[in-house]
Amino acid sequence: MSTFLSIAIGATLFLYAIAVAMAALRLAHGPHAQDRVLALDFLFVVVLLTMLVLAIRYQSSMYFEAALLMSLFGFVGSAALAKFLLRGEVIE
Amino acid sequence: MTLPLAGEIAVAVLLLASGVLVLTAALGLWRLADFFQRMHAPSLANTLAAWSVSVASIVHFSLLEGRLSLHVVVINVLLAITAPVTTVLLARAALFRRRQAGDALPPPLGDDLPSDGQT
Repeated sequence: MSTFLSIAIGATLFLYAIAVAMAALRLAHGPHAQDRVLALDFLFVVVLLTMLVLAIRYQSSMYFEAALLMSLFGFVGSAALAKFLLRGEVIE
Repeated sequence: MTLPLAGEIAVAVLLLASGVLVLTAALGLWRLADFFQRMHAPSLANTLAAWSVSVASIVHFSLLEGRLSLHVVVINVLLAITAPVTTVLLARAALFRRRQAGDALPPPLGDDLPSDGQT
């Protein structure tokens, strides 16, 4: 890991951190419930991308499984929340 | 255990591009006015940013291990399947809730638009 690549990885993670802060503002501030669900879905995607960047940083393939699980659970959570907003219950 | 310089530059450029794209998506999520406009922003992170991180990871691990390592594409396939489903469900939920709240959605057409059926 050269210093060049580690600086680029640090800058990328810094940009992700700003994005997470903006999404957290939308999550706390969102006027409707659907805004909060959208912000949560976006947060899941950003954390997934962070896992992939950390896999490059630490040269470990363990982070791929974490990213895969993050993608799956993000979809299940967002779909369940959207179904709840639509119908008032998740499983009918 | 080190990469050639061209590979490192490619990985760094792709990672920084994904950072800028995710920041753009978050800016859209925070700054756009309406929920239905805001829904467009995170798809940037779902598609272009995820692909650029994946290509960076493929380049990095392929150069590092000396063989093609493509297993990151599974995450992109999964995102490509799940993101539209979530988007459609959320859009329907938002439409239902806004109509229940008494909003006229979609908004009526203005007078400056042609009303003879041609759109």
